[in-house]
Amino acid sequence: MTVAIIKYNAGNIFSVLYALKRIGVEAIVTDDFETIRNADKVVFPGVGEASSAMSYLKEKGLDELIKNLRQPVLGICIGLQLMCRYSEEGAVKCMGIFDVDVKKFDNSGDRNKKIPHMGWNTVNSVKENPLMKGLDGEYTYFVHSYYAPVCVNTVAECNYITPFSAVLCKDNFYAVQFHPEKSGDVGERILRNFIEL
Amino acid sequence: MLAKRIIPCLDVKDGMTVKGVNFVNFRSAGDPVELGRAYSKAGADELVFLDITASFEGRKTFVEMVRRVAENVNIPFTVGGGIGSVDDVGNLLNAGADKVSINSSAIKSPQLISDIAGNFGCQVCVVAIDARFDNGEWMCYVKGGRVPTGKRLYDWAYEAQERGAGEILFTSMDHDGVKEGFACDALAQLNSMLSIPVIASGGGGTMEHFRDVFTAGKADAALAASVFHFNEIKISELKDFLSSNNINVRR
Repeated sequence: MTVAIIKYNAGNIFSVLYALKRIGVEAIVTDDFETIRNADKVVFPGVGEASSAMSYLKEKGLDELIKNLRQPVLGICIGLQLMCRYSEEGAVKCMGIFDVDVKKFDNSGDRNKKIPHMGWNTVNSVKENPLMKGLDGEYTYFVHSYYAPVCVNTVAECNYITPFSAVLCKDNFYAVQFHPEKSGDVGERILRNFIEL
Repeated sequence: MLAKRIIPCLDVKDGMTVKGVNFVNFRSAGDPVELGRAYSKAGADELVFLDITASFEGRKTFVEMVRRVAENVNIPFTVGGGIGSVDDVGNLLNAGADKVSINSSAIKSPQLISDIAGNFGCQVCVVAIDARFDNGEWMCYVKGGRVPTGKRLYDWAYEAQERGAGEILFTSMDHDGVKEGFACDALAQLNSMLSIPVIASGGGGTMEHFRDVFTAGKADAALAASVFHFNEIKISELKDFLSSNNINVRR
């Protein structure tokens, strides 16, 4: 099994590599088109800003490559947001894999809700999905100021200020807003579920 | 529901955790990786590693330690101590740290906060503030609390937020090491005026203190060192206690 982690201008990519290694999977961090196309599984991770990440992906042609992948793809955090239609962060058109626009959290109704949404929050399944097999209501680690609202592709929700998409799925595309690579045993279980797809 | 976080803090010198960590009997009690894993298993929500090494060689060792922690520990961790530039931050993040904590260098050069936020995002930038209640006002200190800065706690915390800090880690020097409770009044004030999370530090001695820091102090997270290292408070029991007091924690 080969697992490719897409290398681009976003931080924290090595954390995913390390997390996969902890569950016994040797992945490759790469931006090589052939390697990514031929991988059994592709992870699209990252921490960063949407518009600069998107323009980098476009410049390299990685956006078209990702959209057309046929094997299971897992987007993480900013990866999830870039797989949506559009992001308010830098007002940028994204890949449009998931039919939803990414918005910024608005805490004007409750100033006690801090932004970024940072820390451990519960994820509740709304549809059965192999990625979340064996998990419901567990805590995972989030760090983000933008979110994908609940939509037709939502398979699990989290609630912070408003219910939002914690896990999205469409065809071979999976995405999580939280960081499985930092979410303890629960996160490792989700990564294992993805590898076993 | 977003959980309140419990964060053990470890001091590191020359790549090893220093003195006084007997939280579990390890083969090598000073190994940050083993301790980090044990704390993750015990239910810690995040970890903080503070480098107290002064030498250049020691710094390189610290970066190597950060890499080993990132490889082996499955919860987020923040690193701090002696970070003075965007390059330092880049090295630590590339080694696998999730966040960096800056203190004296931010007071000396507030622009560093903006630069870190601009280069790596707000979420990585924790601004640590050590303050003491002097003549009726909370004032900031640096160099381990030895040097006054003339900056007021609330002004500086607000400025740090506006410059792009992702979190404020506030240590009350009056409460630190005394184990008589956190500075809940100052914390509540910080929490009401800031829109970013606040981590409380200094004074946690009993489980009730942790309850109070989340209720009266309205903190988002609580950090402590020796009470966890010496097993005076077990994290799992602390979380049971907090939960039974209607405080939402990850268990």
